[in-house]
Amino acid sequence: MLGEGILKGMAETAKNFAGSFVSKERLTTVEYPEERIAPAENARVFPFLVYDTENWEAGLRCVACQICEKECPPKCIYIDKSKDKKPDYVGKQQFYPTRFDIDISVCMSCQICVEVCPFEAIKMDTQFELATDDRFGGLLLDREQLAKSNEYYHEIHPTEASEVDARLAEEKAKADAKAKAAQATAAKAAADAATKTAAPASPTQAKPEGGQD
Amino acid sequence: MTPSIAHPDRVEGWNRPPIIEPDGEGELLEVAMGPHHPSTHGVFRMDVALDGERVIRLKPVFGYLHRNHEKIAEGASYLASMPYTDRLDYFCSLTNNWAYALAVETLVGQQVPERAEYLRVILAELTRIQNHASTIGFLTQEMGASGTPLMYAFREREKILDLFEQLTGSRMMCNYMRFGGCRVDISAALLDEARKIVAGLPGFIDEFEALLSTNEILMARCQGIGKLKPELAINAGISGPMLRASGVDYDIRKVDHYGIYDRFKFRVPLGDHGDVYDRYMVRVLEMRESVTILEQALKDIPAGPIMDPKSKIRGFRPKPGEAYGRIEAPKGELGFYLISDGTPNPYRYRVRPPSLINLTVLEDMCLGESVADVVVIFGSVDIVLGEVDR
Amino acid sequence: MKTVEEIKAAIEVAVPGAGVEIVSNPSVSGQHSLLIAHSHALQVAQFLRDDSELALDYLSNVTGVDYLDKEISEKVKVTRTVTKTVDGVEQQVEETVDETRKRVEPGYLETVYHLFSVAKKHGPVIIRMRTANRTDQVEMPSLTPIWRGAELQEREVFDLYGVVFTGHPDLRRLLMWDEFKDHPMRKDYVEPDDFEYEPTAHDQVLERAKQHAAAEKAAIQEGAEAR
Repeated sequence: MLGEGILKGMAETAKNFAGSFVSKERLTTVEYPEERIAPAENARVFPFLVYDTENWEAGLRCVACQICEKECPPKCIYIDKSKDKKPDYVGKQQFYPTRFDIDISVCMSCQICVEVCPFEAIKMDTQFELATDDRFGGLLLDREQLAKSNEYYHEIHPTEASEVDARLAEEKAKADAKAKAAQATAAKAAADAATKTAAPASPTQAKPEGGQD
Repeated sequence: MTPSIAHPDRVEGWNRPPIIEPDGEGELLEVAMGPHHPSTHGVFRMDVALDGERVIRLKPVFGYLHRNHEKIAEGASYLASMPYTDRLDYFCSLTNNWAYALAVETLVGQQVPERAEYLRVILAELTRIQNHASTIGFLTQEMGASGTPLMYAFREREKILDLFEQLTGSRMMCNYMRFGGCRVDISAALLDEARKIVAGLPGFIDEFEALLSTNEILMARCQGIGKLKPELAINAGISGPMLRASGVDYDIRKVDHYGIYDRFKFRVPLGDHGDVYDRYMVRVLEMRESVTILEQALKDIPAGPIMDPKSKIRGFRPKPGEAYGRIEAPKGELGFYLISDGTPNPYRYRVRPPSLINLTVLEDMCLGESVADVVVIFGSVDIVLGEVDR
Repeated sequence: MKTVEEIKAAIEVAVPGAGVEIVSNPSVSGQHSLLIAHSHALQVAQFLRDDSELALDYLSNVTGVDYLDKEISEKVKVTRTVTKTVDGVEQQVEETVDETRKRVEPGYLETVYHLFSVAKKHGPVIIRMRTANRTDQVEMPSLTPIWRGAELQEREVFDLYGVVFTGHPDLRRLLMWDEFKDHPMRKDYVEPDDFEYEPTAHDQVLERAKQHAAAEKAAIQEGAEAR
């Protein structure tokens, strides 16, 4: 019969139309911005820099190695390396970025910077409401705007952040053990030297740089 | 009056579009369909010469979205091109990732762990389903069914994209696959979610078919329109559902057995007439086959690593040489041809875009048809301008 | 499927004097290719397509590649006669001297065709053709009459590399606009000075920014002088 297919299709549409009044599942949209769907845990928007301690400037994990700057496909990261050094999370003296800018109008959220970073210093944010009327200044995020605490990182990507923390703790334990071993050998050498010269003065303690908390 | 559209001296032969003579009454009309035309899926122009309603000549004009992706890739490292491949065919970023990863893996001879292979198959087939569903949605949109079938397709696509977002972090620009594996592992909860989505898909395809397959208007608009002969399809390098709708049994999943496709049981649907309706039907049937592949893959997926331990993220330098890797993407044969000279950047990086090459025969299919059918035929080719123009 | 050596032998039997060379591929992919001479390209292509055993009826991919002119410096041992005074007597002595010679190996444009067989389901067989140089002899026979799949892709190679395909039915630019000069995919292509301000310029972008600033300054100065 001509029109049978159309009627069949219409019946399907009617079923869906009526169904949307009955089943909540069929209402797939929400009224943004009053109502929001929480972003997925793995969601990524733009990168941010992780810091550990209270002070964002002192606690930045970034050591200005500039790998992300080099690997970034659209080249939206700009880093100036410091002249002096400061201790990083394992207590090793490291450079730090005096300037770290990301042009988020160029960034394409590919997270390659996150993958290549050997210091777990740069991660992806889930904040997406970044519209501004200032194209150059407003979309060029500097060090201070990019710095977010480790707690914030735990808040947005809990699983990933715990993994990262575990990895860092392991590295730190290793570094500590290494420092201790170095300390022990230094002490032993000093003791040997002391017994050889038979000087009464106690050997000078060779303390590792930082490394205790 | 002869149309002023630049057209070549036609070489007589079976593989050239036929010459259609105007009937001599009235004047020819030249129409530029596009670049801003709702039916062109983006910025694409067809210079059409019309004799009344009949298409006498049709010249596609490309390049409005050209950004020289291949040149960008020559100046970037191998890894840095991966996120750019997402932006080729932005409907199917995961299959683009796979094709590129496959080409690089062929170049350096890298092995992919079992679990990663399964993940790739699962994601590629989900991509295929959402691409075919939306393509059919757009096709019906072009026939005047404003919205309803497209929204049904998008409702299902949304579920799949949500899954992609939870796994890869992004709905469309997934940037998920790496040379020698995948980037992040899928959690058990997410796998269950995928199983739930796949369990709901046959119902959706049934609904879609009830809505469309026997619809008299769809049949009247699609059957016998835009016929493509199998000989021409092969000679013109047509691939994907378009080739199979013409009755040519050529599916790269079956031919090359790339990945682990030889482990799955599935059939290759073929068309009989090579018209628009066959292309529609082949896509519907391919969705059903994809569901069976997904069911098998989701049942068998093993535990284990997802990255080849030998693969390097930083300092990746393949030895000099070249490789061509191709997969059966939803739109056709997507290939990547790489020439390495031993530096971190590829010396030559070439994308074989199925969308562009499938448009080779656009004129052949449209000649003699009415102008309203051009829109439908063009929609049935299934293109994405990001890939056509690169 | 036949190996490249076997295919080469088959071509030489079918098309006498075809001049086919094997280009080996050092990569693990093992995809070796055949270099075809221009003079017999169409016959060879037709043979590859129509041969019942090869049946390469499907041209999948056409790629243009640019190889720049290479300057090669090599050390050559040269023997020459020198007049020397030995024991107070002038003598003609032969002497071997090391000399560095520089020669320029002309670059070329290359087109690579990836062929598959739908009938036999095998492939790829890769054939390539090279132009004589990169400047004035950039012609190459088109394979579009054999495989229509080359139509748009050869247009693309013409557009982006400047290879002129003789016998192509419709050789126009594909992606760039018709008025565009130069060929953007060539390795020595210079981008136009259309730099836009970018806050995080570095690497090539920074280089371009500097060049642009210099050019702008020069233009302003020129204007001032003209006034």
